[in-house]
Amino acid sequence: MTTTLILVVGAIVLLTAVYVSWRAGRLDRLHIRLELARESLDAALVRRAAVALELAASRLLDPATSLVLATAAHEARTAGPEEREHAESDLSRALRAVVDQERFRDRLADVPEGGPLLEELDAAVAKVIYSRRFYNNAVDVTRTAQRRWLARTLRLAGHTAYPAFFEIDDTPPKALAIE
Amino acid sequence: MRIGIVCPYTWDVPGGVQAHIRDLAEALIEEGHQVSVIAPASENAPLPAYVTSVGRAVPVPFNGSVARLSFGFLSANRVRRWVREGRFDVLHVHEPAVPSVGLLACWVARGPIVATFHTSHERYRSLSVTTPVLMSALEKISGRIAVSDAARKTLVEFIGGDAVLIPNGVAVGRYADAEPLPGWDEGEVIGFLGRMDEPRKGLPVLLDAFAMLAEKRPGLRLLVAGPGDAQEALARVPAPFRDRVGLLGMVSEEDKVRAYHSVDVFCAPNLGGESFGIVLTEAMSAGAAILASDIPAFRKVLDDGQAGALFETGDAASLAREAAALLDDPVRRAKLSEGARQAVWKYDWSTVARDVLRVYETVAGTTGVEEDD
Repeated sequence: MTTTLILVVGAIVLLTAVYVSWRAGRLDRLHIRLELARESLDAALVRRAAVALELAASRLLDPATSLVLATAAHEARTAGPEEREHAESDLSRALRAVVDQERFRDRLADVPEGGPLLEELDAAVAKVIYSRRFYNNAVDVTRTAQRRWLARTLRLAGHTAYPAFFEIDDTPPKALAIE
Repeated sequence: MRIGIVCPYTWDVPGGVQAHIRDLAEALIEEGHQVSVIAPASENAPLPAYVTSVGRAVPVPFNGSVARLSFGFLSANRVRRWVREGRFDVLHVHEPAVPSVGLLACWVARGPIVATFHTSHERYRSLSVTTPVLMSALEKISGRIAVSDAARKTLVEFIGGDAVLIPNGVAVGRYADAEPLPGWDEGEVIGFLGRMDEPRKGLPVLLDAFAMLAEKRPGLRLLVAGPGDAQEALARVPAPFRDRVGLLGMVSEEDKVRAYHSVDVFCAPNLGGESFGIVLTEAMSAGAAILASDIPAFRKVLDDGQAGALFETGDAASLAREAAALLDDPVRRAKLSEGARQAVWKYDWSTVARDVLRVYETVAGTTGVEEDD
């Protein structure tokens, strides 16, 4: 009788432990995925600002257009964590205002360095859109997992902060058709 | 003299720089000079005979707020043609460090170029990276004017070199007399004029202060004139007081003057950035009792409080306290109003245009302004 009880309790403890460790492992994997997504989003944003600066410094544009671009790119690159979403949105708006100028693309495509720069810019803009969406997906899943009863009670997330979505206006210039 | 003036902002949208250029141009024309102004303008906007349009301006984030600017090759070409056909003795560019027509004009022209710097910034970091872009254009400027000490300090700090100080002018006579707007001639009224959606103009501070005052003063109303999102502004005011806020939107020049005469206290709650406060000097010309934030430029224009009361910048409680004191003290209001009318005379356009002309004469040479290729 006692032996059976010990066996049953033992089995329950073992199963619970396996289950908890499986949940913890899953949360851990989610955190790793989130971190990678964050890194690639950071890289995409830095890249976009760099290409915008490069275009501004290329002497292919008039000085006013250069100044609009360079200012926005610089603000985006140097913004603190609090202002970052705002500054990146501003860069998106500045890019739209610049690239959507009448005949802007034709004019740039006419000079030898212009074409490749445009292509790099298009790629950088697209990658911001992609990586932001992937990051926000990862945030969503991780948040749901962290909010589960078990994860909260046993603090499975450890010291990992509750992740925040990255919300910016990343609408691309009209001439750049994505999706 | 044949004078070409370049305006960076949309002509038909009210703004300090536009008003400055209009009044300067008209004062110079009055003196018998030939003046042509080039500026961005909305399609079909009625323009005075001396203004040439460079086309529409595009809204774009710049230096902390959204500005409507005109840039790009098409605009540059139109400025080039205007310079070529104008054969000016002197070219007067405004705000050449802003990416708009002023900067383009420096790019496409050479010869005697005068530039006026209006803005003051506490933070203009981005300028350091973009300096190479700006430098080649700014190096062509032979005479520089700053409209305030703050603007001059910004110039010295971020661009280098110095400038002469010629403050903004005010057409004092234009504001002196007007009837209050219909429906605004009784009760207590606090007034505000400026863009509602530009944080630096400080409207939220005033709205918060109004919410504090409204309960104790049932007769108090708020008059707000200027473009921007009305719903967003109203949302900041507690619901029961909303019908005591009058949002006029963008007003005509005539209604603006009447608005200054409709208020018991005119409030300028700017958070900074304003180099001079053309709105402030207009209100002074109208003899309004002024309550302004304590930024250095305002303190100076208001003679350290002699020509208008000051409150702690950005502090709604301080604004509410000062406004209540003013509303309760008609004698002090009358005194401030008189002080304002006196102090504003040294800013009248007749004085200013004379000084600007001296700058033109200093830089103008035997050759006029030419197209640069």
